[in-house]
Order: sequence, then structure tokens, then C-alpha cells
Amino acid sequence: MAIKSLEDLRKIKAQANQDTEARHNNETQIIIGMGTCGIAAGARNVMTAVLEELQKRNLHNVAVLQTGCIGMCQKEPLLDVVRPGEDRVTYGPVTPTDVPRIIAEHLVNGNVVEDLVVAKISNKA
Amino acid sequence: MELVKVTIDGKTVSVPSDYTVIEAAAVAGIRIPQLCYHSELSKEGACRVCVVEIEGARAPGAACVYPVAEGMIVHTNTPKIRETRKAVVELLLANHPQDCLFCQKNTDCELQTIAAELGIREIPFKGETRKAELDDNNPSLVRDPNKCILCGRCIRACHERQGLDVYGYVNRGFSTIVEPAFSYGLDEVTCTYCGQCAAVCPTAAICEKDDTEKVFAALGNPDKYVIVQTAPAVRVALGEALGLPPGQVVTGKMVAALRKLGFDKVFDTDFTADLTIMEEGSEFLDRVTNGGVLPMITSCSPGWINFIEMKYPDLLPHLSTAKSPQGMFGALSKTFWPETQGIPVEKIFTVSIMPCTAKKAEAVRPQLQSNPGIPDVDAVLTTRELARMIKNMGIEFKDLPEEDYDSPLGTSTGAGVIFGATGGVMEAAVRTVYAILEGKELPGVQYTPVRGLQGIKEASVEVNVGGTPTTVKLAVAHTLSNAATLMDKVRAGEADYHFIEIMACPGGCIGGGGQPQPVNEEIRKQRMAALYSVDEAKTLRQSHMNPDVQKLYEDWLGKPLGEKSHHLLHTHYGVQEREL
Amino acid sequence: MALVRAHVLICTGTGCTASGAKNVLARFEDELKAKSLDKEVSLVETGCHGFCEGGPLVIIYPEGTFYTRVQPEDVAEIVETHLLKGRIVERLLYKVPLSEEEVPTYEEIPFYKKQHRLVLKNCGHINPDSLEEYIGADGYEGLAKVLLEMTPQQVVEEMKKTGLRGRGGGGFPTGMKWMFCAASPGPKKYVICNADEGDPGAFMDRSLLEGDPHAILEGMAICGYAIGADEGYIYCRAEYPLAIRRLKGAIAQAEEAGLLGENILGTGFNFTLHIKEGAGAFVCGEETALMASIEGKRGMPRPRPPFPAVKGLWEKPSNINNVETFANIPYIFRVGAEKYAELGTEKSKGTKVFALTGKINNTGLAEVPMGITMREIIFEIGGGIIDNKKFKAVQIGGPSGGCLPDSLLDTAIDYDSLIAAGAMMGSGGLVVMDETTCMVDVAKFFLNFTQAESCGKCTPCREGTKRMLEMLTAITEGRGEKGDIEKLEKLAVSIRAGALCALGQTAPNPILSTLRYFRDEYEAHIFDKKCPAGVCTALLDYTITDGCKGCGLCKKVCPVDAISGELKGLHNIDQSKCIKCGACQEKCPFKAIVRA
Repeated sequence: MAIKSLEDLRKIKAQANQDTEARHNNETQIIIGMGTCGIAAGARNVMTAVLEELQKRNLHNVAVLQTGCIGMCQKEPLLDVVRPGEDRVTYGPVTPTDVPRIIAEHLVNGNVVEDLVVAKISNKA
Repeated sequence: MELVKVTIDGKTVSVPSDYTVIEAAAVAGIRIPQLCYHSELSKEGACRVCVVEIEGARAPGAACVYPVAEGMIVHTNTPKIRETRKAVVELLLANHPQDCLFCQKNTDCELQTIAAELGIREIPFKGETRKAELDDNNPSLVRDPNKCILCGRCIRACHERQGLDVYGYVNRGFSTIVEPAFSYGLDEVTCTYCGQCAAVCPTAAICEKDDTEKVFAALGNPDKYVIVQTAPAVRVALGEALGLPPGQVVTGKMVAALRKLGFDKVFDTDFTADLTIMEEGSEFLDRVTNGGVLPMITSCSPGWINFIEMKYPDLLPHLSTAKSPQGMFGALSKTFWPETQGIPVEKIFTVSIMPCTAKKAEAVRPQLQSNPGIPDVDAVLTTRELARMIKNMGIEFKDLPEEDYDSPLGTSTGAGVIFGATGGVMEAAVRTVYAILEGKELPGVQYTPVRGLQGIKEASVEVNVGGTPTTVKLAVAHTLSNAATLMDKVRAGEADYHFIEIMACPGGCIGGGGQPQPVNEEIRKQRMAALYSVDEAKTLRQSHMNPDVQKLYEDWLGKPLGEKSHHLLHTHYGVQEREL
Repeated sequence: MALVRAHVLICTGTGCTASGAKNVLARFEDELKAKSLDKEVSLVETGCHGFCEGGPLVIIYPEGTFYTRVQPEDVAEIVETHLLKGRIVERLLYKVPLSEEEVPTYEEIPFYKKQHRLVLKNCGHINPDSLEEYIGADGYEGLAKVLLEMTPQQVVEEMKKTGLRGRGGGGFPTGMKWMFCAASPGPKKYVICNADEGDPGAFMDRSLLEGDPHAILEGMAICGYAIGADEGYIYCRAEYPLAIRRLKGAIAQAEEAGLLGENILGTGFNFTLHIKEGAGAFVCGEETALMASIEGKRGMPRPRPPFPAVKGLWEKPSNINNVETFANIPYIFRVGAEKYAELGTEKSKGTKVFALTGKINNTGLAEVPMGITMREIIFEIGGGIIDNKKFKAVQIGGPSGGCLPDSLLDTAIDYDSLIAAGAMMGSGGLVVMDETTCMVDVAKFFLNFTQAESCGKCTPCREGTKRMLEMLTAITEGRGEKGDIEKLEKLAVSIRAGALCALGQTAPNPILSTLRYFRDEYEAHIFDKKCPAGVCTALLDYTITDGCKGCGLCKKVCPVDAISGELKGLHNIDQSKCIKCGACQEKCPFKAIVRA
């Protein structure tokens, strides 16, 4: 790697910021329920699918978080999408095959995948 | 050099811009007390005795190192400076033995002088003092680290003049000490005993080994026949230690003083200096004509001999095998003299007065025993020790009449006396070798290209060697760092000289490690001029013209390089290995 | 390949490594593999966060959870609960002393709240072995800007505008220093980084070198460009092996990337760097001694002038700054002098990193804006005094600094206010002392240090500090005499005026400042033969109180038969015999023997 110009430096900077993005404050989040109930219902596979899909689409500035049991064990695996300024949307039960659709529709296009929605929480609350 | 104006204690002077404050003060006629400063060594700024106030500077500065600047205003004697200076000296005294009254350097000590000048009446601090062992395991020098004030002059003199690093600062804080690495003694390290450290030491931390009691004992022993020889450089420096100004020739008074001290015979090393020229000159001619090892190098300076034996042992074949004048005198005093005077050799006690500390070590070389088990020279005194003996005996030196040396070993030519200055041996040799080869006296007798205080001098002489006109190339060096420069050239095969003279000390023996203190270039020049004046005043100025030397060869020795000479006047050298 | 969703940052700075960070790191590697999380969770070794009190430190992103005192046996739980299930392991969170309140993230900890981290910004937050992460954190942008857009003169001018003063001790304006060196003629000049951090308790430079080595390199390169130097030395003490390893790695990376070496960024500017390891002599932090040491000589200072800017390393013009100073440079040239100068006081700009040690709850590194008060540092950032004891003094500025009393807690700290108070900024070491500290003993401690570390060259420092130490020792042992205080003061003034280098000139500071603020303690030692803080053993008396039941145990244990008394009667200690060993007090079952 030879840095011969300011452009070279900026390229490396951009790449480095991608590689360390988990350390930055990302307002867009995908939260997966990883309580015992979630894991039993297959949340691990959903998590893997989310990570693969984000990588495949080269989507950055998305934080992937986990949460524990929120008391809707029958709907697990649960997956929440949080976008800045919008309601927090909880989907469930989510299977790995649903993941690409949620990411494409909700995260990329901004349209809630209504048929999988379990709940919506106003971010003003 | 650009000049700058500096105002010191209200007096404005213009001085070169590379001066330090202490040098500017000297121009202004203001003396600033100093301890670590030495005009001929690099500047250290360590002792802090020379602190002065510089207007605008954050803290007081050491005048010895503080560079002058245009418009600088300096105060050397404000109450704050006087307090600080006094505190510094009090602190030095608090860690210094309080034995001034019976110290070897009593009345001759720079610390003592400064304490007196500053009016110190008591030492406000009591506490631990340095407890280090005496290093006296060698014949020449005694180190008492407890008297050391860590000014570092010895470190610098050894490094800068002699290219050696015998001394260094060791440890930190209060435990700091100046000594050879690993606390080795001087006999264990590459020390040539040249004594330049002692020559610059402001206190008695490094002194010549005092042999005066040994000599007093011999003088007081009725069974001893005590002979003394005096080296050329002693007569032009001894006066300084006895209240006379530098540059005085005190030969006659010295001889008188030695007689008063009770020596049975007062002889002159100048006699054997002439003899050295006969032997060494012949050896040189022999090497030139018979394809011997060249360049040939002189062997008079014992510091130099120690140096080459330790640092350039591969070049030992270059050394003249002729003994030093002290060595030749010693040999004659224990062979020729007892034999011709009918005195048992055991009765004879031979003393040398030398400007040199290394001569003490030379005297104990096993090579210098003409009679097995009996040293040719029994005691060596430095100029300083002789001065002490003279004082000790209550002799009023200045008032002494002039007396002459005893015969025949007191007869000398002008060539013998100039041995005491750098280039002197070479000049004496040229005078005689030229006369032998050309069959006539060197025009004007003198040969001045090898004179002077330049570190390395080169010259050449046109002579006829065995019918071939030859340019004989000469080189002269004084101080061992200059010697090393020449030796590196010889070792590398880059030196096409025929003859090299080397003296270990600055200016030659006149600046020897056993000479009176203080010494600086100005004083060395005065001593040197005095030596040449002695030469000029002589009718005989070529060694081969010395009638008593001629007679000695005729009656007793035979011829130069003959069998008797070979046994008595020549020696051999060996590698000296030291730990460091 | 899956996206990395979480980063586990483990501090492997010297402090955390000492408390076991390497084992924690190894356990994380194992546990993540075992749970098949090693692809989606990234493990990153970082430099020091400054909160060494809480080490080993682990931060987990994206949440930014700050775990303290993590032990290897905690790792399985963190991986299972936090990284797998997304629940915070609360027992490992930092707890605020006294309130026991748990604090989940870094920014909310009181220790960090008041800090303003410019210089330490990257420490603990990037992988110091990664050039890319440094560049990602705006690294080498300052150098690029300087080389591509500014002339050396402009760089010097910009530096002068910042008002930055040397962070190594003296506080000389950095821009002026650069200007003098830039003005010195000559084709060969040197940039030297003083990384011979030696003040007891100070470790900001080590943390910077370990946590953000490229920032130092960048700062030095900018300086080289400004003054016209193409070569530099980092003089780092050999006791900092990790710092040296990271520096070596960083230099190699920067050279490979063309950010050091020939023709940097195609501008024709050349700059190479060497590391010189120091052998740990305190005095080698003095710039002229440091240069002598680089040259292979004994590390002894020489008088100035000539200053290094005129005659420095190998007699060539040299600019020497310390680590923290250089660490400020990249930031300055990224944001500009004006923005930089917004922080701080009128004559002391920017921030200063302090090393908090002593009787304080949060020991560690704190970077604060100049002008903050000592009270804020000690009581807010530092969390106050251990065991709620009473604050007595804070020693600031290393062994040559001074001890400041509580009356000065609200003074705004900058270079000049500290000098006026009889202390100095030094490298920023802060040693906090509580009521159980004897100030004469403290002065003795620091004098002992300066005496042992004196290079021995100049008389006032070598001999003078020894005599002061002897006088202090005598005072603490009850051998103090009337006139000692005056003698100490007089000698201190002479040493300050006469010593060759700053080490000697400032060596009397601990005595002068304690005499200024705690003179009564000296007087108590000398005249009343008492140590008010109860520290100086020789001045303590053991006495038996009415609580004595006459059991005789003390009498039995006394090694010098100083205790007399009948069984079941009140016992008594003969003070003339007592050697103050304390054995009786330890043995007494009724706590009837007191020491005062």
C-alpha cells in the first residue's frame, strides 16, 4: 500500500471507517431478540442471515444489536428495525428467508413490510 | 572574527564574538573565580564557581561557558552571586578532607585559594563524605578520589591531549566519582603515567607519587654516595615553584641547592642527552644505510614508550633502541662511575630530577638494571618534589649563588639542553647527523623548522648518504593524540618519514606532568624560550663536540653502537597488556 | 463473508497488561471461536484509555459498553450474555464510588465526563498497530495539508498562533522553538522526540506511544518540514518495551506507505526516523543530556546557551519536543490554530494530560483543558480521596514540582499560575496526599529521588541536594535544630541560582513549597519533636492509656524491657528505653496502647 496523494489517503480513510463502523454511533439499527426463546426459535440463523445480507448489499451505518426476551415468546424470532425519526417496527416470527425482504423493503426503500409486523413503537414515546 | 561589546561590572570591552564571559572578563581585567575551567581544555561549566548574573537571562550562568553577545551586561559580584559562589565552595569543602595543613598540595591548591579568597570561615554543612580507596599501585601517580572535586579537568586532559580515556564520571548523584572504569587502578588501564591529569588537577586528587622521603633518607645515610642528575627542562621551570616568574633559567641556583641538600655529585642529564644523540644518531645512520626499519622513532619520552607498547605494539621495531637520557645516565652512574672512582656499586644511590611522572615508572623497568637486581636509578623526583625539598630544608632559593655541575658527567652542549622542548631531540640529531654526513657544521648550527608548538611538524634535510644526495624526511609530534595521528599513518604505510620525534606532553618536557603548576601555553612558551637561550649561550652546541662525551668513548665506552654501548646504552621494548 | 457487527476492544496497554489483559484477550479468542462468533465479532487490541484503576478494560461496540476489571473467568459470560444474547453484564460495569451506581458507557463515567480528549482521542479507540485505523481517525491529514498547502514558514507561523507550550516541563512556546530552529542556518537539522518520561507516577507519554504511535510520527514529520530537518530521533526509555515495539511497527508501516522516507506524498519532502533506547537515567530527560546520550556519551547536561536550536545533536540545529507536545500537532493542523487556541487560558492553550496517582479514587490519565481547577481534577474526575479522608496536598510537576495545599484547590491551573504557586506543570504528574501524609517526609522522598538521579556534574545539585536530604532526614528523626529551616531556605536559593540544568535548579522546589504552605509541620518536628501526621517513626511516642487491664502481654513482648507494671495494674512505658518498634501496640488485646 503506497500513499502517493491526498486521494490515496482519503480512500484508505473511507475503507477504514467502513471496517470500524460498528464503533461509530449508528442511528439505523436492526435488533434481534436473542433471549432463550428467540434462540430456541432460530434467532441465530436470522442473525447470520442479517449479517450476510448487509454485507451482500454493502450496507453500512447499520448497527446490528441483540436484545433479550421482551415477553412475546410465541412470536420469536423477533427482529426490530429502528430508523432515525421513524417508529420502531417489530417483526415476527422472522425466518432467514424473510430477512432479505425486510432489509430491501424497509432499510433500503423505507417501506414497512406490513405482513410481518408485530408491533410499532412510536419513537416519541 | 566579529567583535561584540560586552559590559562587565560597568566596564565595556570589545571582544571576539566566540569568547565566553570569563574570557571577556579577563580582557576587562576582571578575574572571576574558577575551578573546572582550564584555559586549554574544553569548557564544562560544571563547578559553578564562576557563576555570574547576565541581565535578561533566566538564571545565573557559568561565565566559563556563557557565550558573549552584543550589548550583554554582566555582573560578577552581586550579593546573590557572592552568596551562590560561596555556597558552592562550602558544599565542595563539606565533602573534602579537612587536612590542608599536611596535604601534598598545601599552599598550592586551587580549592584552598578560592576558599581563602571567598573568606570562608566555617562549613555550615555536616554529613557524609566520600570514602573511596587510594589508588597508589603504580610508581608514578597517586589518586585520592576523596580530594576530588569532580571538576573533570583530568578527564578532559586525558581525552583531549592524549587521546586516551583513562578517567570518566562513574555513578550518579552524591556517589559520582571520577575514576577509571570498573574502579580499576591506573596500573590496570591504558595509562601512560604521563601525568597530564596531575598537571591540571586543582587539588591533591591526582598527584605525583612523593619520593622525597626516600631521597632524604639516602642523603642522611652516611653509607650512601648520592648522585643526582637534572633533566634539561627542570632548570627553566623550577624557579616558578620557588617564587620566581616563568621563563627564568635557574641552572646555577639549582645546582647550588642540590649541593646544599647534600648530594655527593651533581650531574646533568644533558650529558647523556648528548650521549643519546651519539648512539641514536649512529643507529639512524645505520638504519638508513643498511636498510633498517624506517621511520625510526625517538625513545626518550617514557609516556610515549608506554603508549606505543600498549596501543601500537606492532610498531615497536620502529623505536630507537637507545635508552632515554635518564636511562643512559643511570647506567653510567652504576657502571662507569663506581668503576672509575673505586666506589662499590651498592653504595651508590642515583636520583633523577625530572619534569615527568612517567620517569618514575621508567626507572623501575627491569631493562634498566646494568647490575642484575640493582636499579640504575634509585629514585626519581619531579620538579615539584625538588621544589618541596628545597623549601623543606629552609633554603632561600632566590638568594643562592650560581654554581657549576660536577665533572665529567655534568658537561653538556646546547644540543643536550634543547631536548626539553618539542623538536629539540630532532634538532640536536640533525646538527650531529648533518655534520657527520656532510663533514661540516650545519650552516648556522640551528635547525629551526622543527621548533614551535604546532602539534605535528614536518621538515626535511638534504644530505649526502653514502655518496647519494638524499632528502631525509622528518616529523615531530607532541602530545599522544598527535602521536596517534602519526602512528596511524605509519601503520597504514602512508608515512614516508625517515625519522620521527615524539614527546608525550604538550610542548615536550617543559610541559611535563611533573612540572610546577599552573601551566598554560604562555608559560610553556616562556620555558621554551629559556631553553633555547641556554643553547644559544653555549659555545658548544653539537652533541658530538661534547669533550667529556668524546673522552668517555675514548677511555671507556669504545665507539657508538659498540659492544659496551650495546649493553649499557641500548634497551628493548615489549608489549604491555592492560585490562582496559 | 458476513458483516462484522460487534467490536470487542481490549486495552493491552502496559497498565491493563499488568493486570492480566493478555489472558482476557486469549479467552475471548477461544470463547468467540467456540460460539462461532469469531466471524461477526472482531477483537481489537488497543492502547491505554487512561482509566488504569479499572483495568483490564474491555469496551464492546456498537453499544459502547465499558467493562472494568475483567478477569479471564468473566469472558465466557460476556460472550454468552452480551455478544450472543445482547444483555449487558451489569456486575462488570464501572460503579461510581460511594453511590455504587452502575455506569454502562464510557462517556457517562465521571472520570471521562469532565475530560476533553484531543490528544488522547485515539487512545483505547483504535488499534495502534493499524495504520489504516489511524488514517480512519483523520490520521496524516494534518501532514498532507501541511505538505500540500503550506510553506514551512506558514507552518511555523501557524504554530506560533496556537500558543502551544511544551508539555515536557518548562512550558516554552513550541512555535518559538520551531522558529529559532528554522532560522538556524545549515543543511542538516534534527527533530528529536523526548520520550524519556521519568517523573514518578507520570505515564501519559507511554500511553500515547502505546496507544497512538502514528500521531507522534505525524507530529514529528510536520515539525521536520517546518524547521527543514530530514531526520529525527525518538529517545524512548528502554523500560517501555511495548511503546518501542509499537513505534517500530508504526515507523515500518509509515515507511511502507510512503508517509515517512523519501518524497512523502510526492512533495519532495524526505523524513526518516530512528528510535534510540535510553537506559533509564532520569537526567536524560533533560534535552542536552538526552542529546549527549543519543551521541553515545554519558547522559550529562551541558550549559545553555548555545541552545539546541543553534547547536544540538552532533552540533547541528535540533528541535526537541516531548511526546505529548508532538501528539498535539496533527490535531492542530487538521483544525487550525484558531480553533485550537479556543481551548485553555490566555497564556496556556489547549489541553493537558495529567497522571493522577496517590490517595485518590480514580487513578489514571485525565486530559483536561488548561484553566480547569485542581478541585475539578481531584474531586470530580479523580473521584475524591480514598476512604473519604481529608485532602491535604497535591504534588504537581514531578520530583521538581511543588506541593499545593487545599487553599489553592480552586486556582485555575496553567503554566504561570503553578509557577506563581511554587510548583510547576512538569510533565503533569499529580500525586494526591491525604491527612495521613507528613509533608516533611514528602519533601524528603522527592529530595531522595533528585539526589539519586543527579548526574553528578555540577556542585550545587550533586552536593547541595545531598546536604538538604541530610537535613530533612535529621528533622524527621528528631535531630532537627533551631536554624535548620533558615539553612534549608538559604541553601535552596543557592542551588536554584547555581545549578547547571533544570533538574538541579528545581530540585529544592519540594522543600520550598512545603516550607511555604506547611511550615508549621517543620516547626513541629524541630521544636516539639512531633510529627503531626504520625508518619515519622522516630518522633512517635507509645503510651499506655487507662484502658490497660494489666494483662502483661505488652511487657512480655517488649524487646528492650521498656514496659513495667504489676499484673492487673496499669502498665507504663519508659520513653527513654522505648525503640518505637510498635510490638506492644500490636499485641495489646484492649487497644490500650496509643501512638502519637
